[in-house]
Amino acid sequence: MTYGIRLLVFLKEGVLDTQGKTVAASLKGMGYDCLKNLRVGKYIHLDVEAASEAEAAAQVEKMCDDLLVNDIIEEFKIEIEAARV
Amino acid sequence: MNYKDAGLRESEYISLKETLGREPNDLELRIMGVMWSEHCSYKSTRPLLKKLPKEGKYVVLGPGENAGIIDGGAGVGIAFKVESHNHPSAVAPYQGAATGVGGIIRDIIALGARPVASLDGLFFGSINSAVHDGVVKGVGGYGNCIGVPTIGGKTYYDPTYEGNPLVNAMNIGTVKVDKIVSSQTAKSGQAVVILGSKTGRDGIAGAAFASTELKDNTKESRPSIQIGDPFVEKLLTEACLEMRDAGLFVSMQDMGAAGILSSSSEVAAKSGVGMTIDFDKVPLRAEGMEPWEIALSESQERMLLIVEDAKMPEVFRIAEKWGLDATEIGRTEEGDHYRIYWKGKIAADVPATTIGSDCPVIPWPAERPDLESRWNKHVKIDAPEDAGKALLELLSDSNLHCKEDIYVQYDSMVQTNTIVGPGSPVCAFRVTESGRICAVSMEADPWGCELDPERATANLVARSCRVLSVAGAVPAGLTNCLNFPSPEKPQHFWVLSHSVEGMAAACKELDCPVVSGNVSLYNETSVTAILPTPLLGVVGMVEAPAILKSGCWNEGDLIFLAGINTPTLAASVYQRHFGHDFAGRPLPFDAQKEKAFNSGALAVAQAQTADSARPVIGGGLITAIAKEAIDAGIGAVLDAKDYTVEEFFGEGATVAVYAVPADKAAAFRACWDNVPVEQIGTVGGDCLKLGDTVLATIAELNKAFRS
Amino acid sequence: MKTAVVVFPGSNCDQDALKAAGALPGTEAAAVWHKDSSLPAGIDLVILPGGFSYGDYLRSGAMAANSAIMTAVKDFAAKGGLVLGICNGFQILTESRLLPGALMSNDCQHFVCKPVTLRVERNDLPFTLDYKKNEIVTIPIAHGEGRYFIDDEGLKRLEGQGCVAFRYCDASGTISPECNPNGALNNIAGITNERGNVLGLMPHPERYSEKLLGGDDGAKFWTSVKKWLEGGRR
Repeated sequence: MTYGIRLLVFLKEGVLDTQGKTVAASLKGMGYDCLKNLRVGKYIHLDVEAASEAEAAAQVEKMCDDLLVNDIIEEFKIEIEAARV
Repeated sequence: MNYKDAGLRESEYISLKETLGREPNDLELRIMGVMWSEHCSYKSTRPLLKKLPKEGKYVVLGPGENAGIIDGGAGVGIAFKVESHNHPSAVAPYQGAATGVGGIIRDIIALGARPVASLDGLFFGSINSAVHDGVVKGVGGYGNCIGVPTIGGKTYYDPTYEGNPLVNAMNIGTVKVDKIVSSQTAKSGQAVVILGSKTGRDGIAGAAFASTELKDNTKESRPSIQIGDPFVEKLLTEACLEMRDAGLFVSMQDMGAAGILSSSSEVAAKSGVGMTIDFDKVPLRAEGMEPWEIALSESQERMLLIVEDAKMPEVFRIAEKWGLDATEIGRTEEGDHYRIYWKGKIAADVPATTIGSDCPVIPWPAERPDLESRWNKHVKIDAPEDAGKALLELLSDSNLHCKEDIYVQYDSMVQTNTIVGPGSPVCAFRVTESGRICAVSMEADPWGCELDPERATANLVARSCRVLSVAGAVPAGLTNCLNFPSPEKPQHFWVLSHSVEGMAAACKELDCPVVSGNVSLYNETSVTAILPTPLLGVVGMVEAPAILKSGCWNEGDLIFLAGINTPTLAASVYQRHFGHDFAGRPLPFDAQKEKAFNSGALAVAQAQTADSARPVIGGGLITAIAKEAIDAGIGAVLDAKDYTVEEFFGEGATVAVYAVPADKAAAFRACWDNVPVEQIGTVGGDCLKLGDTVLATIAELNKAFRS
Repeated sequence: MKTAVVVFPGSNCDQDALKAAGALPGTEAAAVWHKDSSLPAGIDLVILPGGFSYGDYLRSGAMAANSAIMTAVKDFAAKGGLVLGICNGFQILTESRLLPGALMSNDCQHFVCKPVTLRVERNDLPFTLDYKKNEIVTIPIAHGEGRYFIDDEGLKRLEGQGCVAFRYCDASGTISPECNPNGALNNIAGITNERGNVLGLMPHPERYSEKLLGGDDGAKFWTSVKKWLEGGRR
């Protein structure tokens, strides 16, 4: 089965997000007083072949560990889409 | 399909029909529509460009190949060319600028040269233009990643560029003369290979897009934008140079405007062979692409190689090493037919020469605009009450102000050969293969050209050569980018023609042949057309023990003015900044004066009789002196004199400021023959003084120039 | 002195490093391809050069850190071999955990190329023997992601062990935010591992190894390594 995986990677809390700060300041300057917080992260979409959701997620977690996420400064969240053949 | 929808004019359609001896099919109409667009065929300007001199003592390769090459000495050729990417930068500033840089680099690689230096000519409406940041980031983003230093350039501001930014990317490469790769040496029975990225829908019909005025809703134009990948181009550079060293290809062409079609047909036409391309073999990255899309795609980072069959395995091995696709997509043949195969059938069959060169020239009518009313307008500009204050204000004008905010974003040092980087009138790099120093200038004067295109363009050639002479280099060749509005308006065409005449005359007189160039027309929106903007890049080798730099004067040096200081305020920054009427006439081009000056300047550099030298350009004499003071951090005391406002702030004169150690003054004077040389002051102190009057302190000058 | 300069796809300062590391008499430098599984015999110094390996895609240095050659480089470092990471090379060293911390995007949000003044914090490393302690040197930077970051505990340990090798300072040697070009913690420009055989720094010593190019404060890197090797290994 092929699973679509949505991987969101963000900087950890406590790590200065200079890009997020800059973008937020721009928006505030454009009049968006309603903006309370803004973080810039990465969205990576993967198509993974696996026998089950759990297996697909496990594979992606390993990929995060090996390459996709630098755990010194980043954290991540995995969302699994419905399987397709 | 109607020929008009393909972008063809009626005369072009008729000419095509005659050549084919039949009705062209849709694919043929589409490909000819793009190949015969202004951007690809130069149909409006070919007769004009023929007037430019292309022969010279140092020319190794003139116009007609991917770039020009001059002799850098010791068997090394210096390849260079400038190209525009204006329309794409208006619509997608980052990618437009980035792919402009990438495109010109590929032209240099196509000659088998290693790209070693970039310069960029940027023109914006103002420092607040919406595209400003994107363009600068695009130039830096691409250049820095691919590892080619951006060692110089120019940035100009004028309201007519709002909505019509100009991005002129110049690249310089070095190649041993016996390793130069030609696009004219293909023979029949060889493989046509595509190397690099897969082909997608990027920039479809981008060439046609560049040949029309910008539509008001630029969102519509978006599908025509190419996306660049400098990482892949770095791999492509290394792979191509490795293949060159192994002697693996017969011919090479870069895929720029109209990608596969234009590169392959050009090689065929120039080499005098026929060619068959099987579009089914082209590696694609988008689904369901049609033959016309494959033909015209401007996906970046692709090169066309012509390879002998026996060498193919090595080509594949090197491509694989660098992680690039290499695919045989066609064959060269006897004859003149250029054929496209699709799904096993011939989908297009046009003579190769027709595609690349036979586009009928369009003889646009020319009508002389009224230039006299500005020439004859007697605008009396009074001397400023406070010259120092006027100077400080002038230094804060965006056209004179420090551009460090821009060039700090460019890696100017990678390859460890940069001798003089951005922020100086000239830039220079060391040639790895020989150890010699190559100097480069880049200049433009749209305001002068608006007043008098012929004089101003001739003077621009003179200025570009003078910058090199002052540094101790001998101009060897010139590249130019002609940025102009629509040629369909007779007055614009007249201006374009006369600008080219001016360039041709000056290049002839100063022995500076045009070895390469680019034309960009239709630079206008519904709101405004750009000022006539020819941009020049001159390259020459330093023929002195060391390059003579600017901004290096020392305490105690004597300040000399070399040359006849009779400048004009016409089109000057002073005139424009202080809101005076834009009027007057640029000085006439004087070949004898230029030659005498260049001789003297070269002699000074060779005899090393000066510590520092700066040609007087924007902002006039006092600005040149101020910039020397700012760069060196040491002030100057100018001898008391009643300078007129023209003498102080005027531009266009053939003069330069020199800082000479006192014990070399006599030797310095002896370098000049038939050129007046006047001592005008002394270097020292922490401010700029005229007699006893303090014009400004170094701190004030710095603040005005840098903040 | 035999130097190996690793070339990754997208490295663009490898030739510069080869030139500088092989300039002194009695030294040689050769390139090593990222796919090789071992280093050549008799190597004294491995340089991970500057550039944009893998286009800086995903994170600078992340993919290069996973190259085949890095196993051999890690072994070499573990055995006490000298490893120097310059700019992208420093990023690769942190990504492969040969050095602690991470390099993040400059706080000014753009690429910066200019000469900067650095204070030499450690002059007892193989790479810095010819510098004086607290010497102020000028070496150029050229990067968009040079902001050194490490968590609080890591920073305490780093500073406590004296592992900071170079700091951004002003012309008089004062450490201040004004002279910090990218927002790096504690103005850290370069660090070493505990053992002192692995050094990573953002500035490019190979770019200022000849006066002709603007300055030669970087030349002492090469003379120091040569001196260290001539004095017998540690």
